[in-house]
Amino acid sequence: MSSSLPPRPFPAGPIASVTGTAVVVRGDDIDTDRIIPARFLKCVTFEGLAEGAFADDRTELAGAHAFDRAEHQGASLLLVNRNFGCGSSREHAPQALMRWGIRAVVGESFAEIFYGNCLALGLPCLTAGHDTMRALQEAALAAPTAPLCLTLADATLEGYGQRWPLELPAGPLQMLTTGQWDATAQLLSHHAELSRTLGALPYANGFH
Amino acid sequence: MARPPGPRLVCLGCGDTVSAGTLYDKVWDRHCVAELPGGSTQLFIGLHLIHEVTSPQAFAALRDLGLGVRHPERTVATVDHIVPTTSQARPFADPLAEEMLATLERNCAEHGITLHGLGSGRQGIVHVIAPELGLTQPGMTVACGDSHTSTHGAFGAIAFGIGTSQVRDVLASQSLAMNKLKVRRILVEGRLQPGVFAKDLVLHIIRSLGVKGGVGYAYEFAGSCIEALSMEERMTLCNMAIEGGARCGYVNPDATTFAYIQGRPFAPEGAAWDRAVAWWSSLASGAEAVFDDEVVFEAGTIAPTVTWGITPGQGIGVDESVPSLADTPVDERPLAEEAYRYMDLQPGMPIAGVPIDVCFIGSCTNGRLSDLQAAAAVARGRQVAPGLKAFVVPGSEQVAAAAEAEGLDAVFTAAGFEWREPGCSMCLAMNPDRLEGRQISASSSNRNFKGRQGSASGRTLLMSPAMVAAAAVTGRVSDVRDLLALVPLQVPVG
Repeated sequence: MSSSLPPRPFPAGPIASVTGTAVVVRGDDIDTDRIIPARFLKCVTFEGLAEGAFADDRTELAGAHAFDRAEHQGASLLLVNRNFGCGSSREHAPQALMRWGIRAVVGESFAEIFYGNCLALGLPCLTAGHDTMRALQEAALAAPTAPLCLTLADATLEGYGQRWPLELPAGPLQMLTTGQWDATAQLLSHHAELSRTLGALPYANGFH
Repeated sequence: MARPPGPRLVCLGCGDTVSAGTLYDKVWDRHCVAELPGGSTQLFIGLHLIHEVTSPQAFAALRDLGLGVRHPERTVATVDHIVPTTSQARPFADPLAEEMLATLERNCAEHGITLHGLGSGRQGIVHVIAPELGLTQPGMTVACGDSHTSTHGAFGAIAFGIGTSQVRDVLASQSLAMNKLKVRRILVEGRLQPGVFAKDLVLHIIRSLGVKGGVGYAYEFAGSCIEALSMEERMTLCNMAIEGGARCGYVNPDATTFAYIQGRPFAPEGAAWDRAVAWWSSLASGAEAVFDDEVVFEAGTIAPTVTWGITPGQGIGVDESVPSLADTPVDERPLAEEAYRYMDLQPGMPIAGVPIDVCFIGSCTNGRLSDLQAAAAVARGRQVAPGLKAFVVPGSEQVAAAAEAEGLDAVFTAAGFEWREPGCSMCLAMNPDRLEGRQISASSSNRNFKGRQGSASGRTLLMSPAMVAAAAVTGRVSDVRDLLALVPLQVPVG
């Protein structure tokens, strides 16, 4: 369990890179109910969600799940496959992963709401093609304690003796590397523009 | 399913999308506040719905940031996920559930937000109450910290689920940072056969296009079949767009839409009504609309559809068998193998006849009056199979009252179903309703994920409410058309 390690601070400000070891969770269409089962959502804060990360899968595998294996404790990169994070919109999913220690996710593709939730928390999600992802996962499984360095600016992962080309769209790249991944301040800065938009919407003005 | 011939549309401009003149484009344009650094758009949110699960941390964040709620009149709250469906007396037996509801009540009171609470006559599943109160209207942007917010697209709204950080943003600014989606038109022509419902249609679409097929898209549902659907059927359809990967799905507003809204508590009235209808009508995708993609389905060929696996895309007609690996695309085989193991179903075995332990009728997908009517038509005069647990959970207090007024509760209880109080219930098991151990359910809900219904090894077969009722009275997966004794129309003699 990662609870034996000191909690890793949440990101704040610009994110240039993520370093550390990787943990592999294989499979397509891994939904957010699996990432954090619903019973862990009975809470009014996100604290304490680390123990819920993949809770049912971990119970089923009785200690053999990647998140329970000794060599992956302290890992900061999560390597996944297609449509990761589909299903429920629960932000508890990236919260649980981050509280376990994850600071970046690399996969073949991500479900949309999950991706947005990650971005809003400063958790970069990068993509790679099927073959690259497969090779990367194999390399990670073969050398679970090997250190990696993910650089956002050029979307590359260095480790296992090579450079792995990844993809990160320009928008999220800019938001993450400039520290503007939390949209609240930007949204609040357009007070007058928002009032104009509202004023022009018939339904917001009683259809008068 | 068939893809229309001809070249794919090519992006001519600066963005990724080529759609133009669709309802999605028109509503998007009217809600744009500003372009944001990083290329996303600040989108005004017309209606914000909140509930007890995904809002407490958002309010806490507001407090930490020293922010208030910008437009409390544009946020509406109810309680649905954690409420028990047997007794809703306060305090709840579960202290965590009680704390969540108490927190919602406190946050709403503090910020001046209307809460439709238990016993108000208006409480229920958030995606059931907003339409029935007339809050959901065409041309709105609707956001809620729940992925099934796509439901509201049935009205020609652009409606999508958001996470808790975004709930915070909507509370603080009445807007969101969003990226525009592409638009895929899903044309469904013809009529659904008797005994085949909107649930079957959407399970069939997801089966065909896949659970990832809609990622990056809004789904516009159109065509003669869609035009003939009631509003409640359209809600079922749009509700599950997200299960096909599409964050929002919608139907263009028409006379059916307007007839549903008129007279509801928050609907425009008098001269404002006429202006509203004119504006709503102007937003529908026109003949000139350009879509990023289009697929066509024939409604008449769709059978009652049942999921056999662990994603909503693993569905088959009730007259089909669990697909073999050989019939499964190579890249979907690992998931199929995982599903065989988890579900304990063998490839090649017919889905009809699979024994069922628990039957659940309800949820934001299928917890409305017409859903209960369809199920009651099957249950009437029959008995729940021995040893099987069956229960009906109305989607809202209004649905419960309407169903009771026409005696549906008596039909269900006489047949051996339990008649419960409104809530999300066993759709996601954040309340006492859950599967135990390896139980297998026939469920009118929306997700058959591993562990979804509260037991880490519990199994879920998704189907229409009528099919769930058929499973309840036969004890196994059954073709509801056999129970409805559907016969061809007789030509009157003489």
